[in-house]
Amino acid sequence: MTAPIIQLTDIRKSFGPVEVLKGVTMDLVPGRVSALVGDNGAGKSTLIKGLSGAQPYDTGNVVIDGVKTTLSSPRDAAHHGIEVVYQDLALAENLDIVQNMFLGRESTHNGMVDGAEMELQASSTLASLSVRTIKSVRQKVSSLSGGQRQTVAIARAVLQKARVVILDEPTAALGVAQTEQVLQLVRRLADAGVAVLIVSHNLADVFKVADHINVLYLGSMVASLETTETNYNDVIGYITGIKTQEVSA
Amino acid sequence: MSTTEGKEKNTVSPPNPLLTTPTTLIGSGHDGTVRDQFRAWIQRIRGGEMGMLPALGGFLVLVILFSVLSPFFLSPINLANLLTQTAALAMLAIALTFVILLAEIDLSAGVTGGVGMASWILLVNKVHVPWGLALLIAFAIGAVIGSFIGYFVAKVGIPSFVVTLGLFLGFQGLNLVLLGDGGLYRVETPEVLAIMSNNLQGWQGWVLAAIIIMITFFTGLYDRRRRQKVGVAVRPFPLLLAKTAAWAAFALIAVGLLNQNRSTSIIQISGVPIVVPLAIAVLWVGTVVLDRTRFGLHLYAVGGNPEAARRAGINVARVRIAAFMICSTLAVMSGLFSASQTGTIEPTAGKDIVLQGVAAAVVGGVSLFGGRGKIIQAAVGALVISSITNGLGLLGLPAGITFLVTGGVLVLAATVDAVSRRRSGSSSLARG
Ligand SMILES: Nc1ncnc2c1ncn2[C@@H]1O[C@H](COP(=O)(O)OP(=O)(O)O)[C@@H](O)[C@H]1O
Ligand SMILES: [Mg+2]
Repeated sequence: MTAPIIQLTDIRKSFGPVEVLKGVTMDLVPGRVSALVGDNGAGKSTLIKGLSGAQPYDTGNVVIDGVKTTLSSPRDAAHHGIEVVYQDLALAENLDIVQNMFLGRESTHNGMVDGAEMELQASSTLASLSVRTIKSVRQKVSSLSGGQRQTVAIARAVLQKARVVILDEPTAALGVAQTEQVLQLVRRLADAGVAVLIVSHNLADVFKVADHINVLYLGSMVASLETTETNYNDVIGYITGIKTQEVSA
Repeated sequence: MSTTEGKEKNTVSPPNPLLTTPTTLIGSGHDGTVRDQFRAWIQRIRGGEMGMLPALGGFLVLVILFSVLSPFFLSPINLANLLTQTAALAMLAIALTFVILLAEIDLSAGVTGGVGMASWILLVNKVHVPWGLALLIAFAIGAVIGSFIGYFVAKVGIPSFVVTLGLFLGFQGLNLVLLGDGGLYRVETPEVLAIMSNNLQGWQGWVLAAIIIMITFFTGLYDRRRRQKVGVAVRPFPLLLAKTAAWAAFALIAVGLLNQNRSTSIIQISGVPIVVPLAIAVLWVGTVVLDRTRFGLHLYAVGGNPEAARRAGINVARVRIAAFMICSTLAVMSGLFSASQTGTIEPTAGKDIVLQGVAAAVVGGVSLFGGRGKIIQAAVGALVISSITNGLGLLGLPAGITFLVTGGVLVLAATVDAVSRRRSGSSSLARG
């Protein structure tokens, strides 16, 4: 099996007296889609925020490419090729697709924003992800559907040469057809060698797209399962705390 | 950008080498025939991206209306008057656009111009600083005021409405202290008076027109070349010619009218008022900054979605502070135009003009919700508002009517803004 890009061991995080992550262990592997599931308040968002550098962990080991690292800012995370696609997407609706995909990292030519080059890169990135529903890359994001916006947000991560893409509830706001599109996109991303972590409430989606399922329960990783070796009922059992499995580091 | 990325320029391979090479690129709005372009444009307008179309249309209607009602309206002397009457307002509207784009407001912009010019006249009259140096200091004072506002808005987190309302009141007091109660200073500097009262010579006006035409054409050509070199679609060439022709017609007609003698006495008065090239220069530089620099793009991003901008690594506070600095500095420029026009500097200067400046920007189509609008729209909005004042004045209607009409136009413009905003939101749902 391919070596993991990211290995988390014994991650802990507390807010005041409340211990939200209680020694979590998780691996992210290139070319694989890992799912992170768990009930509300299990600590999924907290685990992700640590990986994004937005809210560092208290203790525990973060090993990237075999080297122990700390992720103390979003810049650190970006430097390691970790990109997060947030649930609320964070796109500027008044800007077009190209501008959003390059926001904050625009390329310049003679000191001016290089619209042509950015357009080419954005367009070819979307095309490489086999995106067909977008008519023009110069469309304002306000004119896009929810699924198209999700696509743009994911393409933005790809454009930043992400090696690890973390998606927080990417299909929560989408209809059936759009969910299907986004899941296919997630799959293509992994097939292209990216390590994908997808946080989802929707187990149907998870079983459709994930290679591996991690279950958080009250801040502990209670299960880490190959999708092919488990089923709905087991996972629900872990999520609700009825079942437990010891996950060793 | 790093050098390795530089080397990759012009390759069509996807950024992530693991992904398959795409065969077809997605459209960009630049592709297709003139007819396709026209259709896409109509569709954008339907979707609520009207830009300055309503303001330009409104301006045309006003021009036709007033020229029918008063033969004097389109006379060269009135046109020159209209331009000089608009200049200070247009500059203030341009200034305000930089903060309105962030969904902020600067109620103190007018009196900031007053503070700048009060400082200027004191430096010139009392300290005997050369007028040009004093002007630079006045602009610097504007920038400092802007950074002060920006600091309180971006770092302390006080709504700009409150900070600048405080300064609006405070600076009126400061101007009284600086100039003395009822103090009225005459501007003696010929160069400053010349901005409004002197004109370019005939040939200089034509050169100005030629510069405008060439800038339009060659920027278009440059963009086209760049796109061709990179390998993305370019718009049909005739569109660039048409755009250039439109600007050429506008510039040549304006210069032609202004170059006619407009004096009623023996001494001939003709030519483009000096304020016009000054205002156009500011307009051009501001437009380049907003449309073509990273800062400009970031300004729009912060105005559209500050959280997205922050997550993208943009220093949101710095963008906000810079916008307030630009606003206050250009407000001093507006104060300079006012002082040149009236020939005097007094403590109450800039008190009344600021709300008109906001109105001008909104009438021009700059969205109070932030993130949408261009400074040229603010200038057109100013032209609309001063045409109303000018035209109704020519018809001999009382000032009260002017206020009523201006207010009505403002509400209309704000309605257009709100509706087109809703439409651009709802069209996304419709297409979902
Ligand atoms: N900034 C915070 N301050 C205090 N408590 C927090 C904070 N963020 C999260 N929590 C708490 O941590 C727990 C886990 O939250 P979260 O990671 O958002 O869970 P999930 O995303 O799985 O629903 C919750 O009980 C939540 O109230
Ligand atoms: Mg959550």
